[in-house]
Amino acid sequence: MMDADGRPRQPYSNYHEWYSQQDPSLLAAKSKEAEHIFRKTGITFNVYGHAESAEKLIPFDIVPRIISGQEWRRLAQGIEQRVLALNSFLYDIYHKQEIIRAGRIPRQLISNNEAFLPEMIGVRPPGGVYTHIVGTDIVRTGENEFYVLEDNARTPSGVSYMLENRETMLQMFPELFHQNKVQRVEDYPYLLRQSLQSLAPPGCDGTPRVAILTPGMYNSAYYEHSFLADMMGVELVEGSDLRVIDGKVKMRTTRGYQAIDVLYRRVDDEFLDPLTFNPESCLGVPGIMDVYRAGNITIANAPGTGISDDKAIYSYMPEIVEFYTGRKPLLENVPTWRCSEAESLAYVLDHLAELVVKEVHGSGGYGMLVGPAASKQELEDFRAKLKARPGNYIAQPTLSLSTVPVLVENGIAPRHVDLRPYVLVGDKVKIIPGGLTRVALKEGSLVVNSSQGGGTKDTWVLED
Amino acid sequence: MLGRTADGLYWMFRYIERAENIARLVDAGLRVAMTLSGASDEDWDGVLQSAGVRAAYNSRHGRLTTADAVDFLLRDTSNPSSVLSCIEQGRSNARMVRTALTRDTWEAMNECWIDLKARLAKPLKAKELPDVIHTIKQRTGLIRGAFHGSMLRNEIYHFASIGTYTERADNTSRILDVKYYVLLPSVSHVGTSVDNVQWESILRSVSAHRSYGWVYDGGYRAANIADFLILNAQMPRSLAHCYEKIVGDLAHLEADYGTRLKAHDTADEIYATLKSRNVRDIIDQGLHEFLEDFIRKNNQLGLEISEGYRFYI
Repeated sequence: MMDADGRPRQPYSNYHEWYSQQDPSLLAAKSKEAEHIFRKTGITFNVYGHAESAEKLIPFDIVPRIISGQEWRRLAQGIEQRVLALNSFLYDIYHKQEIIRAGRIPRQLISNNEAFLPEMIGVRPPGGVYTHIVGTDIVRTGENEFYVLEDNARTPSGVSYMLENRETMLQMFPELFHQNKVQRVEDYPYLLRQSLQSLAPPGCDGTPRVAILTPGMYNSAYYEHSFLADMMGVELVEGSDLRVIDGKVKMRTTRGYQAIDVLYRRVDDEFLDPLTFNPESCLGVPGIMDVYRAGNITIANAPGTGISDDKAIYSYMPEIVEFYTGRKPLLENVPTWRCSEAESLAYVLDHLAELVVKEVHGSGGYGMLVGPAASKQELEDFRAKLKARPGNYIAQPTLSLSTVPVLVENGIAPRHVDLRPYVLVGDKVKIIPGGLTRVALKEGSLVVNSSQGGGTKDTWVLED
Repeated sequence: MLGRTADGLYWMFRYIERAENIARLVDAGLRVAMTLSGASDEDWDGVLQSAGVRAAYNSRHGRLTTADAVDFLLRDTSNPSSVLSCIEQGRSNARMVRTALTRDTWEAMNECWIDLKARLAKPLKAKELPDVIHTIKQRTGLIRGAFHGSMLRNEIYHFASIGTYTERADNTSRILDVKYYVLLPSVSHVGTSVDNVQWESILRSVSAHRSYGWVYDGGYRAANIADFLILNAQMPRSLAHCYEKIVGDLAHLEADYGTRLKAHDTADEIYATLKSRNVRDIIDQGLHEFLEDFIRKNNQLGLEISEGYRFYI
């Protein structure tokens, strides 16, 4: 919130003035109130492996993270460039593979990758769009200095928190929204629906019917699935509701079977179609891939998009962006050592205590090593793992992440954050001004994942 | 609407209704135990039968005691019809059909679950029971209130409503069937205090001991009690009232969908019987037989609705 001279940074100036007039005990009470609102609304996530009291709240911090309009515009341009490159990359990888022929990325990176689906070769999704909803994880290291941590191009979650966090702030601190001109995020469900409908299959006549496919209420993100379906006014379906009839995917309604044109699926590729992928899956729809290949349904995001946000691919993103857009990337990649390469591995092993090491195919903050925070034993254990399967890991330096203020017991204190803005790709690209700010609530911690004790806060992009 | 959603709504409202009915039954049971001198724990036998869990109780507890029966009915999750089980199921269904519910209805359900889960977490002391029973009735009432006050009168509303009244009709008919013999003229000793307690207990299980007095002036009479609970459509827990509602909801669905199903005929037929019979005939021709037949047809209707509206397949 403050600059080096101890003055509030410009976007925070209004907020800082308001904050300095507040009674700290009242703010603490507001914080409790927020928790109550979340609990009552049922905004919870499920933790796997906990039978009892399996629904948890993600801690919510009532101090907003504030970004100036000018800073946001630059960020948004960079994200748009990156998302367009991702879609071009996916089209290319499942068609001519020109980027490989041009020698810009190694062939085995694709052919040996589980996220690459041979079933998608030659398939052209409606509108040529593969990744319709992207959540690009960003960290800020200084004024106008942003790094992309991850491109979540499969089924990024968390957008319900962006919306509920804003709703909660509007309820609790209406006066703040009079004093600060905050750009709207509330249109997201409407924009999402519009965006999905704009990419209906060519044969669809009339208003395209959209549905959300959820693995069911025991999935960790079930609340979000039902929330989005409710806000968009579309059906929330499970695999057991769907069946392929006459070459269309149809849902069982009280009036009989009705066709679905666009399926926003929150089920992983592997479980989408037991006839094509995992035969054990009960979460998907037998035969949906045939309907898809015949061009009779839009699946968002397209199967096989995982090949673009894989951590091994990530390190090639600067090349990928340049190859398809013809321009230098506007957003930085975090420098990344690919442990599959002997030289890099040697460097990583030498500097383990300074680096963050991640599993190539991991997600959710599991199975990673944060060097500076690790014990000697942990470092040694990880060293052994690295030597055993170097190809399974990448390593990155720990960035000096910017901090934002959070409310703690005695006032406010700085904590590290990241930012996940949400991008919709339909007939146009739309970036919602705001996003999900995740915050590492433990002092000094860099891990923001909710499964690892992270929290969230409202993210304001100011008009200016 | 998805068939699965219709199913989820129907059962969500059956479970909420059941939770409330069980609370009323326990309330009535406690009252008997308190007021009847020489009351024995055996009086819980009828309550457990009315709740349809007599056999389940036996496999869980050896002896019949007030404490065990109350615990089994209110908070034992191995009993699928305990209040706690019903609230868990109702809330779980509500999560499944979340998109069909207004925020008000969902929050009322969710808060009911949060509150009752905490209240029923530990074994209850006798002195806590009145307050707990009050809370159960109040919480389920809040769900109903939010539902009536905020939901569109569309198919969602009608499936939920059919669930509520199917469960209620089942409940009222079971209460009567378990105690039908105390309503028969041959064994009733008119005016004895034992009878009065039994009769009042029946009325109390459907929260009708006061309204009865307004409708049928004078004291308790077996035939009047049967009439009130079976045929009097003014009485919100009577079979006639339940079927007036069910037939109305089904008629809305018929008009909305433009399709008449087997379930419509079944419901109309049951309703026609309730409108045309009088209580003397019913008692003369066999109250028990009448109730048994009703329970069977009420179940049959539930099956026909789930098939006709594709709840499962």
